[in-house]
Amino acid sequence: MTPQGIWRPSFFEEAVPIDSPITAAIQPSYKALIPPALIRRMSRGIKMGIFAAQQALDEAGVSTPEAIIVGTGLGCSEDSEKFLRTILDNDEQFLTPTSFIQSTHNTVAAQIALRLACQGYNFTYVNRSVSFESGMLDAMLQIHSGEVANVLVGGVDEISDHTYSLLQRIGYIKPDGVNESIKTSQTQGVNYAEGATFFLLSGERTAESYAELVDVHIINSVGEDEITATISGFLQGNGLTSHDIDIAILGINGDKAFDSYYFPVQEQLTNADVLYYKHLIGQYDSCSAFAPAVAATVAKHGAAQPILRWQGRPQRPVKNILLYNQYRGKDHSLLLVRTC
Amino acid sequence: MNPRVAITGVGIISSIGNSVEANLSALLNKRPGISRVQNFATTQKDSIWVGEVKLTNAELVDMLGLPHSNNFTRTALLGCYAAKQAVQSAGITLPNDYRTGIISSTSVGGMDYTERYFYRYLDDPSVQPYITSHDAGDSSHKIADYLGIKGFVSTISTACSSAANAIMMGARLVQAGRVDRIIVGGTDALSKFTINGFKTLMILSDEFCKPFDNNRKGLNLGEAAAYLVLESEQVVKKEKKQVLAYLSGYGNANDAFHQTASSDNGEGAYLAMRKALEVAGLSPDEIGYINVHGTATPNNDLSEGRALQRAFGDSVPLFSSTKAFTGHTLAAAAAIEAVYSILSIRNEVVFPNLNFDTPMSEINLVPQTELVYRPIKHVLSNSFGFGGNCSTLIFSQA
Repeated sequence: MTPQGIWRPSFFEEAVPIDSPITAAIQPSYKALIPPALIRRMSRGIKMGIFAAQQALDEAGVSTPEAIIVGTGLGCSEDSEKFLRTILDNDEQFLTPTSFIQSTHNTVAAQIALRLACQGYNFTYVNRSVSFESGMLDAMLQIHSGEVANVLVGGVDEISDHTYSLLQRIGYIKPDGVNESIKTSQTQGVNYAEGATFFLLSGERTAESYAELVDVHIINSVGEDEITATISGFLQGNGLTSHDIDIAILGINGDKAFDSYYFPVQEQLTNADVLYYKHLIGQYDSCSAFAPAVAATVAKHGAAQPILRWQGRPQRPVKNILLYNQYRGKDHSLLLVRTC
Repeated sequence: MNPRVAITGVGIISSIGNSVEANLSALLNKRPGISRVQNFATTQKDSIWVGEVKLTNAELVDMLGLPHSNNFTRTALLGCYAAKQAVQSAGITLPNDYRTGIISSTSVGGMDYTERYFYRYLDDPSVQPYITSHDAGDSSHKIADYLGIKGFVSTISTACSSAANAIMMGARLVQAGRVDRIIVGGTDALSKFTINGFKTLMILSDEFCKPFDNNRKGLNLGEAAAYLVLESEQVVKKEKKQVLAYLSGYGNANDAFHQTASSDNGEGAYLAMRKALEVAGLSPDEIGYINVHGTATPNNDLSEGRALQRAFGDSVPLFSSTKAFTGHTLAAAAAIEAVYSILSIRNEVVFPNLNFDTPMSEINLVPQTELVYRPIKHVLSNSFGFGGNCSTLIFSQA
C-alpha cells in the first residue's frame, strides 16, 4: 500500500515520483476483506495493514501464518490523536472507548491475527526507522532456529494530521507549498507519506519465492566515517566483500543533512547498480519495508526498472543485493538479500 | 535445547520503592504503594487509586544528573533510572568491548508530555523540543544514549505484555549469538491518556484492587520501570559473573478472540504457558510459584484462572498477583514482575496477593495471601495485553 497505489505487476512502470511534502497512500476498496461496519471504524493504518498482509499471504499461497510481526514507528496515530483531542477538548468528559482501543501500537498485528484466527507468536516493534527491520531479524532468527516454518512480517505507518504538522513545524517534513522531488531537493526536510508493506518469510524455497533474506543487521548509532567499515564487517560475516554486491538499495530521501551517509557507500560498493525508492513511496518510519519489495522484484526479474536507478552503472547479473537505510543519522539497518 | 541465558543485573523503580532492596522490603512487609494521583492534574483524581512514583520529573532529572534543559519525558526518566541501576548491579561499565544492546518497551511512550503540550507545540518554540519525544522509540533512544549503548537498540509495544516480549527477544538475540549482553525491560509513566482510556473501558476500580477475588471491581493503574541484564554463558564464564537467575523459558501466543477482552477459556494464556514450559524443558509440577498477570478485572482473572487450571490441572502451584502493591504498570509490568520473580527465587519466598478475601464463584482457585518461605527453583510469570497478546516467562535458580 503506497502513494502509487497497491502492489501490482505494473507497479514500477506506472509509478510517478512524488513531490509533495505529505502524500497519502491511495486507498483501495476494502469491501472484500473487511465488514462495512469495521471499514468505517478502523483507521487507515489498520486497513492498510490488513490489506497488504492479505496480499502477501495470497502471493505466497499461505492461509494462516505461524507468526505475525509488525513494525511501526508511530503506531495507530490517528486513533491516538482522536482520543487525545477528546480528552483535551472536553476536559476528560464524554469519552468513548473505540479510539482508545484502536490506539494501541499492536492493533494492526492483533487485527490481522483476529481476522486469520492466528494464535501464533504476535509481536510489534516500535523503534523509529528500524521498527520493520527489528521484525525481520526476529522472524529470521525464529525460522533459522526452526521454531516456526513461516512468518508474516510487515511495516505500517499512517498519516495523522497533527503529528505530521508538528514534524513540519520542526523541519523534518518539508513545508507546505514546497514541491521538490528527492533529486531536486534543495530545502530542509523530506517528503513524507504513509503505507504498508508485508512479506511472507518461509524456511523453504517455494515456486513463489522471490529471493532469500540472508542477514539483517541493526545499529543505533554510527558515524558517517564509520559506515563503510560497518558494511564491510557485515559483508565479511556473510562471506562477501564490497565487490560482490550487484545491487545496492539505499534509503536516500532528499535530506541534504543526512543523505551524506550514503555517498561513501556508493564509492565502496564498486560494482553495484545503486537504486533508490523513497521518491516513489515517501518517508515514514517503516518506509524501509518497501526496500525488500524492490529487492525481491529485482531478484525475480534479474534487472532493475529504470525508475529505481539512482546512479547508472553497467548492470551485471544479479546475485547479491545490499539494502541500507538510516534516518537522520540514527537507526541504521543493513539487509542482505540473495537471488534464489 | 537452547543455550541458557543468564540474568546478571536488575534495576527497578516503582510506587513501592526506588531500588531492588526497597521493593523487596515493601513486598516482605505487605506495604502497597497505592495512593491518589499527585504529579499531574486530572479530573479523575478523586475517583481512582494509582501506583504513582512519588518523585517529580525535576527530582528525577537531578537524580540522573541531566541538564535542566532537556526533552526527557517521564517515561524516559523512569527508564533511565531503572536501566542505570540494572547496569550497575551487573557490575558493567559502558562502553566496553562486548556487543551490548537494549530492548525497551512502553505502551504510550511520551504521551505524558504530548498531552501537556499538544496544542501549544504548534506555536510555542520553548516546548517544541518535546515534539520528537512522543514516539515509543524515544525513551529507548534516551536510555541507550544515557548508558552509552550504540549497537542494537529496539523497542516493543504490545500493550501490557510489552516488557515480557522485550525480555523474550533479548533472550533470542543472546541465544543466537547476536549480542553478548542486552538490557531488557520496560517503562511507562502514568498519563491522563491511559487513565481515561481504561476508564472508558470501565475496568478501573474506585477501591484498592482485589486480584482473583470474587468481588474484584477492576484494576489500579501504576507507573514504573524495570530492566534486567541478560548475558551469554560465555561472557558469564569469562568475566566470572555472579548469576542472579536464569531465564529458562518463554512463550508468546495470541488469544485471537477480541481486541481488548480475553477469551472465556484463556486459550492464549494457556498456549503461552505451554510454550514457555516446553522451551524451559520443565513439567508443570516443577514450577514453585506463579506470578500471575492478575489485573483484578473481572475478565482477566477468570480467563487467566481457567488457563491456569488447564495448564496445571488440579495442582496449580502457589500463585499471587503483585499488582495490588504496584498497580498495573502496563508495558513495564512484566519487567517489574520479572524482578519480583527473581527476588522470589533468591529469597526463597512467595509474595502475598493483597486484598483477597472471597474466592471466585466460577472456579476453585485461591491465591497465596500470606508470605511463605520455601525453596523455589522455578517461577512462571504471566503478562497479557490488548490485542490478545499473551506472554509467559520462566525464571530458574542459578
